[in-house]
Amino acid sequence: MRILVCIKRVPAPGARINVTPDGLAVDSTQLGFATSPHEECALEGAVQLVEQHGGEVTALTVGPEEAEEQLRYAASVGAHAGVLIPTDGSAWDPQRTAKVIIEAVRILEAEGGRFDLVMFGNESADSGGSQVGVRVAHALGRPAVNGVKGIDIDHESVTLRREIDGGFEVYQLPQPAVIGVKEGLNLPRYPTMKGRLASKKIELRHVALDAEPGGQTLVKLHRPPEVVSNTVILGEGPESAAAVVDILEELGVL
Amino acid sequence: MSDLPASAKCVVIGAGIVGNCLVGHLADLGWTDMVQIDKGPLPNPGGSTGHASNFIFPVDHNKEMALLTIESQRQYREMGFNNTCGGIEVARTEERMEEFRRRMTSARAWGIESELLSPAQVKALVPFINDDVVIGGFHTPSVSVVDSLASGTAMRDHAVETAGLQVFANTEVLDVETVAGPNGSSVVSAVVTDRGRIEAEYVVVACGVWSNRIANMAGASIPLVPAVHQMADVGPIDVLAETNNEIGYPVVRDMDTFCYERQSAGSMEVGSYAHRAILHHPDTIPSNSESALSPTELPLTQDDFDPQMEEAIELMDMLGDAEIRYAINGLLSLTPDTMPVLGETVEVTNLWSAAAVWIKEGPAIAQIVAEWMTYGYPHLTDPHGADIARLYSHERGYDHISSRCEEHFNKTYGIVHPREQWVGQRGLLKSPFYSREEALGAEFYDARGWERPQWYECNAPLVEKYGLSRRDHEWDDRWWSPITDAEHLALRDNVGMVDLSAFQIFDLEGPGAMALAEYLACNKVDVPVGRAVYTPWLTPNGGFHSDLTMIRLGDQHIRVVTGAFDGGRDEFWVRKYLPADESVTFTNRTSDICTIGLWGPNAPVLVGSLTEIDLSHDGSPYGSVIKAEIAGIECELFRISYVGDTGWEIYTSWSDGPALWDALWEAGQPHGVLPVGMGVYGGTGRLEKGYRLFGAELESEYSPVEAGLARPKVKAADFIGKKAYIADREAGPAAVMCTLTLEDHTDSEGKRRYPQGGNEPILTLAGERIVDSKGRVSRVTSAGGGPSVGKYLLLGYLPPEHAVIGTDLQIMYMNETFPVKVAATEGSVFDPDDTRLKG
Repeated sequence: MRILVCIKRVPAPGARINVTPDGLAVDSTQLGFATSPHEECALEGAVQLVEQHGGEVTALTVGPEEAEEQLRYAASVGAHAGVLIPTDGSAWDPQRTAKVIIEAVRILEAEGGRFDLVMFGNESADSGGSQVGVRVAHALGRPAVNGVKGIDIDHESVTLRREIDGGFEVYQLPQPAVIGVKEGLNLPRYPTMKGRLASKKIELRHVALDAEPGGQTLVKLHRPPEVVSNTVILGEGPESAAAVVDILEELGVL
Repeated sequence: MSDLPASAKCVVIGAGIVGNCLVGHLADLGWTDMVQIDKGPLPNPGGSTGHASNFIFPVDHNKEMALLTIESQRQYREMGFNNTCGGIEVARTEERMEEFRRRMTSARAWGIESELLSPAQVKALVPFINDDVVIGGFHTPSVSVVDSLASGTAMRDHAVETAGLQVFANTEVLDVETVAGPNGSSVVSAVVTDRGRIEAEYVVVACGVWSNRIANMAGASIPLVPAVHQMADVGPIDVLAETNNEIGYPVVRDMDTFCYERQSAGSMEVGSYAHRAILHHPDTIPSNSESALSPTELPLTQDDFDPQMEEAIELMDMLGDAEIRYAINGLLSLTPDTMPVLGETVEVTNLWSAAAVWIKEGPAIAQIVAEWMTYGYPHLTDPHGADIARLYSHERGYDHISSRCEEHFNKTYGIVHPREQWVGQRGLLKSPFYSREEALGAEFYDARGWERPQWYECNAPLVEKYGLSRRDHEWDDRWWSPITDAEHLALRDNVGMVDLSAFQIFDLEGPGAMALAEYLACNKVDVPVGRAVYTPWLTPNGGFHSDLTMIRLGDQHIRVVTGAFDGGRDEFWVRKYLPADESVTFTNRTSDICTIGLWGPNAPVLVGSLTEIDLSHDGSPYGSVIKAEIAGIECELFRISYVGDTGWEIYTSWSDGPALWDALWEAGQPHGVLPVGMGVYGGTGRLEKGYRLFGAELESEYSPVEAGLARPKVKAADFIGKKAYIADREAGPAAVMCTLTLEDHTDSEGKRRYPQGGNEPILTLAGERIVDSKGRVSRVTSAGGGPSVGKYLLLGYLPPEHAVIGTDLQIMYMNETFPVKVAATEGSVFDPDDTRLKG
């Protein structure tokens, strides 16, 4: 199988995200960066498929030079190749991003053959537009399913599962197909030390591409008010039992 | 949660290992009305304690750090949070094995059981190690892993229970207020937080990497820089998980790659001191809410860590397939000279620093700071190496601190020679003679920023003249030159000029000057004008705070002259005791006055050729200071000697210094004058005379009675430490400062060795350590050549039963023993009757 996984460099989750004084960008001074969690699952899914069925995983990202860090991370957990479409670091809208990915897919497929699957995260952890995968699928004329939490390969088709209220929807798509993966598909592995060292030896490919923006403009970023959770110590030892019971009753657990 | 109180006697800022242990120790010493605050949550507020690897290797060459570490380990054990697992340092090079032999010597000095291991023995203890890449190990069975968060919590709870400590987490300090005190001082008065303001008599900054920022709020400085130590937790690893233990295998330190491997349940923590120095600024550390993990657990900069991973896999192949589950750029605190910064800040009265402290020494450091605050000086151990006052203003700027930290970060696991010199931040302070010295080939050594000639290459021809040679072993020979011995002998034959301009000179003037001088000094300084007194300054419990010279220049004018390494601490000590009625003016004259020491049998004829005054012992008696014109330059001639030959310390103004040097140099040519470096002044010359040095022989654990510096009578005037001093005199010495001679230099390989004076243990002929009745071990405090007596000399304290001339003992050096003999118990081995001083 040939699988392309599109990933995005985003601020590492867990920390408060500050915005710049003009409100037009994220202040990255204190931030670490990571791959979007949905995309980590997509990558893990792709690596597992290749482990089962053979083939090759290529990771692709659209981002600044620093996004090589995420491509190397992908390589450290099993991707075989990495492609960077360099930007100046500014935030691209979904149309612009999709257009360059479409072009990149055409170039890469012309050189190396068809990607049986093009996988995305359901949405990125920062902008959360949920658009790029669908736009790419539409432009390439390939079927797409988002919110995927289960993947099975069967010869020329792929069976996908996604959660709905009270159950699952199951889709069967012909290959090639586009998949938007949701966190929960799997538990992504950590890189091993050997994996990390091996990833340094992979030559990352830069493909210079650009496209017209789609018309979205950023007006202002707002940081939502922080949710402060106060810890209340109910007591210590056996005498705190009554207070615990009160709380459990209040919660309707008892 | 209750409200902040409006006032408290003491506010401790910080709830890491130091702040927590500090409140516990203060409670034990009777402190009440205390408040502890931290901007983070408890029990892990987000400072360096929270991500520490928590292991303790007790062996250290530095006495202060060794004793603090050993005591801390004892306290962790007493609290039930010390898990003994053993530790092995492994060597990949022969140079490291030599360092292990040195470590064996230090282990012996401090009474720590250690052994050297073959690669096979290393593998027997750590089966997953690749014994092909190591050539040996240094094993310390008492190495342990502690629980610093639980220990800190226990200490804090102890203070809550026994002293009513009030604790406020999630409380950020916004300001530290001060009020004006006497003599232009500034006194801490309140801490302002986001939950209110607390008036406080004492404030302690135990804020780790944030300490300088908090101190700055009060106008004080705590010179440290937050620096990265990279660490990764990799697993799962079956062989570790199977131990069912947090730590089932010894901690391994791969010393030559500056890396460690420490089991943490089913995974391994791999830590590095090999990467580039990555320094931060307190203002750029993220807040708790801005941090994905914690403010001091920053995202790993992976490229910096990659080389370390390769070396780790080389040592333990199983690590390669383990997953990197957690990896950080962890922040810790570094100082310009590697030591902690403890004590009252020099800028603000009652604002204390307890910072740049590692887990391994945290509890004991908290204890000495608590003792310092309670008794006026610590009892547990001498703190001079960690005293924040040691750092001069030129050592407190960010550029200086960061430069020095960049230089020493990779020496954390390095092999550091006791005389090793700094490369960066040199040439900060130069004497007026610098260019002349440079022209004479001076080899400059650093003394807290001062450039001082250690020896002069122009004297190299004397090495052959006196039949001297280099030392057999590179380690003994490193940062040393036989030119020092040659300069020594030539000074004793003729006359030498020593640049002493790094002397720290303070003037005390005003109606209260003599009373202050008397209060500071153990010896009587109320002497006639023109006389000088060498005297200890004691701590309240009778140990040495300093030793220095006080010169009476006028009825109300006393000059203090002390060494370059001690000026900061001594200035702080004087300022601390300045009378509140402002009857004494303090002036630091260091940069106004330069000094040339001129000594040797030809010194009188040389100086005599340039002045009209009477230089005989009637006109210029020993211990006198007289004004004189030398070659038309106004000078003060102080007849004293630290090298054992007659002569003077000659003081003049900074601007007249070069002319004075030139005049002495020119007039000295017929008399064989030569420039002489600190190798003689601070080394061979003083050792032959048995002159004590602060920080080596003189520390606060020892009294003048033991150092052989007690005068026949105790002066009538009150002084700091008087009561203890009188008690010490009545009790007699528990140890006596002695000069020993090395009787045979030859080691097991037939090389002549020269112990460096780095706390080598002094042993009985049966090989037993010698410990006095106060629990202090006998060790070498200084060592060096005695060219005029033809013996290599060692100083050290011995219990009275061993302090008998002619007693045969041994010392350990590089894990071998060498025979020594007690040569002097008072006085000196060279010219014991001081006839040359009278010449």
